[in-house]
Amino acid sequence: MIATLTGFIDELRDVGVPVSMVEAIDAMRAVESLDLVDKVALRETLRATLIKNLRHERAFDTAFDVYFSSLPAPLPDHPELADDPVGQPSSTAPPEGDFDLDDLLQSLLDALQSSDSDGLRAGAQRAVDRLAGMEPGRPVGGTYYLYRTLRRLDMTRLEERLMEAMAEGRELSEFDQRLLREDIASRLEELKRQLEEEIRRRLVADRGREAVARTLRRPMIEDVDLMHATTAELAEMEAAIGPLTRKLAARLARRRKRRSGRLDFRKTVRRSLATGGVPVDPQFRHPRPHRPEVWLVCDISGSMATFSRFTLQFTHAMSSQFSRLRSFAFVDTVDEVSDFFGPGIDFGSALHRITTEAEVVWMDGHSDYGNTFETFLNRYGRQITPRTTIIITGDARNNYRPTREQALADIAKKARAVIWLNPEPTSYWDTGDSTMSEYAAHCDSVHEVRTLAQLESFVEGLTFPRARVF
Amino acid sequence: MELDSSQSVADALRTVGYLPDARIAQVVYLAAHLGKPILVEGPAGVGKTELAKALAAVTGRELVRLQCYEGLDEAKALYEWNYKKQLLRIQADEDHEWSEIEQDIFSEEFLLERPLLRAIRSEKPAILLIDEVDRVEVETEALLLEVLSDFQVSIPELGTIAASSIPMVLLTSNNTRELSEALKRRCLFLHIDYPDPEREQEILEARVPGLSAHLAEQIARVARSVRNLDLKKSPSVSETIDWARTLLALAVDQVDEDVLADTLHVLLKYQTDIETAAKELTAPAR
Repeated sequence: MIATLTGFIDELRDVGVPVSMVEAIDAMRAVESLDLVDKVALRETLRATLIKNLRHERAFDTAFDVYFSSLPAPLPDHPELADDPVGQPSSTAPPEGDFDLDDLLQSLLDALQSSDSDGLRAGAQRAVDRLAGMEPGRPVGGTYYLYRTLRRLDMTRLEERLMEAMAEGRELSEFDQRLLREDIASRLEELKRQLEEEIRRRLVADRGREAVARTLRRPMIEDVDLMHATTAELAEMEAAIGPLTRKLAARLARRRKRRSGRLDFRKTVRRSLATGGVPVDPQFRHPRPHRPEVWLVCDISGSMATFSRFTLQFTHAMSSQFSRLRSFAFVDTVDEVSDFFGPGIDFGSALHRITTEAEVVWMDGHSDYGNTFETFLNRYGRQITPRTTIIITGDARNNYRPTREQALADIAKKARAVIWLNPEPTSYWDTGDSTMSEYAAHCDSVHEVRTLAQLESFVEGLTFPRARVF
Repeated sequence: MELDSSQSVADALRTVGYLPDARIAQVVYLAAHLGKPILVEGPAGVGKTELAKALAAVTGRELVRLQCYEGLDEAKALYEWNYKKQLLRIQADEDHEWSEIEQDIFSEEFLLERPLLRAIRSEKPAILLIDEVDRVEVETEALLLEVLSDFQVSIPELGTIAASSIPMVLLTSNNTRELSEALKRRCLFLHIDYPDPEREQEILEARVPGLSAHLAEQIARVARSVRNLDLKKSPSVSETIDWARTLLALAVDQVDEDVLADTLHVLLKYQTDIETAAKELTAPAR
């Protein structure tokens, strides 16, 4: 058991979940008191002791399936299925002849309808047995077999049949139908999970834990490239943005802890009377809390599609933190979009309005940073104050148009700070039509923000020059 | 009541009307077994604080609660010297030697206990609830570390006060910021999410007397459906309970579009959310 557990912890560390020595010892101590047959208890015990961040749960679940899948899954109610040797992948796919797909579907349907988890597991085992067509030794992840099984089970048909069975011939209103459909979706999700677990179990039996774990490794959500994130990953990131914006807000508004105010002469003299006119205890004015004014300028052109959805989401989350946040969107010209993010407006409709109402296209809908900055300066330049921090997000790919960097220089001169967040890796900057370094010369700092982790470290490391004095 | 297996934890919690799932029961059992604090995280209104209260009710222990907020300091969390009493003491015997008085005024008699100290000095083991720990600054978090790992408090004038009983500690967090690694390392982590419909139905039936099983099931399913929408604030468990009470008071026995449209404001608290939900759920599908 100790060997399995250390292997499991090593795997977690390899995928990037930080597990400290203390936590590993805790896990060992906790497991000692467990009845190992109870897989749920084992899973929850290890989860509670090893995982301290919700973002790591996905990695944990995958690794757990791989490392502890060989534990027997007891099937008390289905003795007829118990003769399937557990953990032994059927090396040759059994002939189709003696196998009745309808029979399997029917038993799956029954199990799904009555939420019978043992029955469902038994069905999943049979389905994988007969339909996945697993070939021993083939170095693929489970996804391939999963989709193969799902396709042959014909999930859409299964959903329809389940819908029919559960409606029991009643006439359902739209509303009830919707509820029923969601119910069915979650049941089918459970079936899918069971299938996946079963497939992983067999893969492990075939190729060993380490090999399977390696093929299943996926980047942690904070390390996923924002430019190439899938919709599911984006959704996961969006959940992580909330705390980050609060952190950024705290960073930007941070007051100096030291007495940084100027000497208050009158107060000092008055206080000195107590000590016979000797100013023992100098008094200072209270420093005024800094009220940050943040302007976000986002490139929302096509090449930035995934990233801009993310930055706009970030903007949306920020707008609940700052009262004085203004946001701008641009493609080849710039328009203010602050009002689309007002309080009580949800992100979906804000995004819709930005893409339909904001005037961000002037010529042809290809990024034009030069024109953007010039328009920005002409239109909003007067409102930039020494308190304004401007955050620009974009890849600086200017389609070989004039950079007009003087405009950015003028903007930077007026503002407290100009920060540029570029979603491209540093090595791509200044290649092709990227004009990053020309603009970078006028920015206070430029950061590569390709992943959530980088955004986080940008926020953590944020320090500002003091407000410029003229 | 003995908490000697996850099953007995679950049974015990059920007797006071808290319905734990397998995860909650297992982690609570572990915490009792290993003597470690639990860090409970999850969206607002899923019963994080309620868990501590239920545990106190089950074990018959005293619930000591420390509500965290920005600006919480030692004097409010750990202990404070009762300086008024100290002054009186000094004035009361002016003819004594200073060294005698000094010995005297920094004794336990002049110590004001705050929640953390009270929890570990309690004769019978207490339940210590540190609520919304994510609200305190990172610096203040450090105050908790000594208490959480060694169950002791160091007071410079008095020395180290060790716990007379090991309290069961629950920390709750709404995850508004990342807690420090040092704090997390000392805790067991428990994430509570919205319950699945089956469990929510049970919760409703336990909490709302007179609610029919059929209606409870419908409410739980609608709640899941609403939580699937993209809302500013998803309905919490306490809000679905309120909604169930409302429906009961209105003598509704079947949730349909009209009922939902009329009572949605009990479930959701933002006008935009109400509009979204009404549009999504009650309008016929296109």
